[in-house]
Amino acid sequence: MGTIWFCLVAIMISIYVLLDGFDLGAGAIHLFAAKTDEERRQVLASIGPVWDGNEVWLIAAGGTLYFAFPTLYASAFSGFYLPLMIVLWLLILRGASIEFRNHIKSAVWDPLWDFLFSASSLLLAVFFGAALGNVVRGVPLDASSYFFEPLWTNFRLGAETGILDWYTILVGVLALFALMMHGGLWVQMKTGGEVNRRAGRLAGRAWWGVLALTALVTAVTFRIQPQVKENFTTWPWGFVFPLLAVAGLADVLFALRRHDEGRAFFASCAYLAGMLTSVVFGLYPMVLPARNPAYSLTVTTAKAGAYGLKVGLLWWVLGILLASGYFTYVYRCFAGKVVVDKDSHG
Amino acid sequence: MGQAVDVDRLHFAFTVTFHYIFPQLTMGLALLLVYLKTKALRTGDEHYDRAARFWARIFGINFALGVVTGIPMEFQFGTNWAAFSKAAGGVIGQTLAMEGLFSFFLESSFLGLFLFGEKKLGRIGHWVAGFLVFLGSWLSGYLIVATDAWMQYPTGYRIGSSGVIELSSFWDLLLNKWALWQYAHTMLGAVQTGCFVVAGVGAFYLLTRRDETYGRTFVRGGVLVGTVAAILQLFPTGDMQGKLVAYNQQPTLAAMEGLFESRAGAPLAILGQPDVGKRKLDNPLEVPNVLSFLTYRQWRANVKGLSDFPQTEWPDQIPLLYYSYHVMVGLGTIFIIVMVLASLNLWRGKLYDSRRMLWMLMLSIPLPFIANTAGWMTAELGRQPWLIYGLLRTASGISPRVAAGNAWFTLIGFMGMYTLLAILWLFLTYREIELGPEPGGHRQKDDAAALAAG
Repeated sequence: MGTIWFCLVAIMISIYVLLDGFDLGAGAIHLFAAKTDEERRQVLASIGPVWDGNEVWLIAAGGTLYFAFPTLYASAFSGFYLPLMIVLWLLILRGASIEFRNHIKSAVWDPLWDFLFSASSLLLAVFFGAALGNVVRGVPLDASSYFFEPLWTNFRLGAETGILDWYTILVGVLALFALMMHGGLWVQMKTGGEVNRRAGRLAGRAWWGVLALTALVTAVTFRIQPQVKENFTTWPWGFVFPLLAVAGLADVLFALRRHDEGRAFFASCAYLAGMLTSVVFGLYPMVLPARNPAYSLTVTTAKAGAYGLKVGLLWWVLGILLASGYFTYVYRCFAGKVVVDKDSHG
Repeated sequence: MGQAVDVDRLHFAFTVTFHYIFPQLTMGLALLLVYLKTKALRTGDEHYDRAARFWARIFGINFALGVVTGIPMEFQFGTNWAAFSKAAGGVIGQTLAMEGLFSFFLESSFLGLFLFGEKKLGRIGHWVAGFLVFLGSWLSGYLIVATDAWMQYPTGYRIGSSGVIELSSFWDLLLNKWALWQYAHTMLGAVQTGCFVVAGVGAFYLLTRRDETYGRTFVRGGVLVGTVAAILQLFPTGDMQGKLVAYNQQPTLAAMEGLFESRAGAPLAILGQPDVGKRKLDNPLEVPNVLSFLTYRQWRANVKGLSDFPQTEWPDQIPLLYYSYHVMVGLGTIFIIVMVLASLNLWRGKLYDSRRMLWMLMLSIPLPFIANTAGWMTAELGRQPWLIYGLLRTASGISPRVAAGNAWFTLIGFMGMYTLLAILWLFLTYREIELGPEPGGHRQKDDAAALAAG
């Protein structure tokens, strides 16, 4: 039962990254891909009706994690106290920027929100990446199953790690490049004219960064987290996940060259899904590795009572079916390229 | 104030108080939006559609603020209250996760359609989108209240082998009798906020002699629904809520009422200042026997005072709890008087011309926000010193590794950020009210801006 919930939470987080990833990425390239007010409205309109729903996947995944693995939730959220709070502030600023930008037309109003929207999206991408890096590297858990990490210590992978060290920053930068590519491909697919061309070009440039950093981070990860190597040696079928990532990444470039905008975006989805599932596969059965492996939280030690997990499965399936229905409907309603007029978002 | 537990409490209290400004208005407005859309559908009158669009714009601003200030609430269970989450996450995580799955997905999907898809959806489709937003927000309210109710009155759980609290009955958690009454009471409070805001804005239009047809619609709708809600708020929901406290949280009742010594025929204190050190109420203005009657329906019944309980069972902020409760009840009484008077004037056809009543309605706008806040403070301060009543002490629930210094750091950060949001909120909401419900309002403003810029 623990393993089922491990997979379900992983799926929810992956969906979150695929969905909110493109609107975070769109934010990160906002200032570079769109120059005029009308162009910026195009970018915002491409994510306007859906960004809020995308973010709900984070909340729903958080809630699911909470009841399925209470110990993990307690340990990770209090241990990552400062970065989580910073993430919250960035999410608040970003939400306010998207919602309030178009309320007033003024030479001091929209540039301010455009800047905040872009800066907060960019930093969120880096922080989410760094958070993932922390989980992979392991945290200073002890026998109490708690830990606390300051934002940084000496940027090295010692016993007293900080949230930011050279490895987690590296993963953060990879996340930024990956989401810039992902967001660029989304904006390209959803817009026309200059924005479309610039977004495509930015995504193409980010691709090289993604390629280089993926190779580098993968190599480093195998060295610093022994569990990953062990899992891939024990169950070689797990190589389908990294293969999916590689195939997705290759296909992004292929589709970009052929100007197949839809295919490029979905290839990028495949890349992100492949990367995340590889990480999840590599860490199992750990849910939060410790620097000292004896204290790692695992699926078994972190899960909730059996009855709750069983009941949860019933309503979870119902809830996800409903949510998938809404999302399909909403995305179909807003399908196609965006047209900016008076009634469009904002 | 130096201790981590105090900072963590202030942290939660500050962020949740600020957050709840928005959902109480959006849950109330959601009902009024459904009412306006239904009217529009049945009469085919464009007037109601425009009125709905006007309130939908204000709804949108408040909803966005509710979302961005709501996410920190769920995070805080883990960040600042890790020991509590570890002990009880298997139970309350259920209702919190259900809120994400069943209401947030619903709301976020259909709010976008409701706000920006009116042309695409058609009349009936747009009504359905509005109704689903209403449903989502009211469901969300239930799941949050059920979570809190479980902390007030835990049911459907057992203590597992490792000492953690496990869920043993899903339906006991979901249909906790405390949750049912608390929900009714909370939602009526939200409906009153919505009604006072709608009626108050209507009164503003009538007093300033602009958009008067809308002004009359808003005042009528707000007053009619508001009167019913104000009365139901007191009876039966407030009354039942009080009884649940009286039977299950006896020291809390005594502290709320400022009753230090047990008495047969206990009086109801209307005013007075509790002096916890001397265990008495200063300058009391009391109505004899009424507390006994309200609690046990007998004039001479014995009500236990705080002295009957060990001091370790007392809520730790007695004066604040006492004032919160009295502010809530006092304002609730004022709401009934204002709404009933307004209804009488409406019935006699005088309300729209009675400047005195319109002024009263307009100036009442902030009051329900205060009353709802005071109500939640009564519930949460009243639960002290317990985090989960009878099961877990508040001081044992905090994150063991998060130092007070770190909690202060983020609390100050939230204070700064929320000050900015509050300014933005007042500015944007007032601007929408100033632009008004006529479709021309926005266009004129934009044209003026374009002229000024060009």
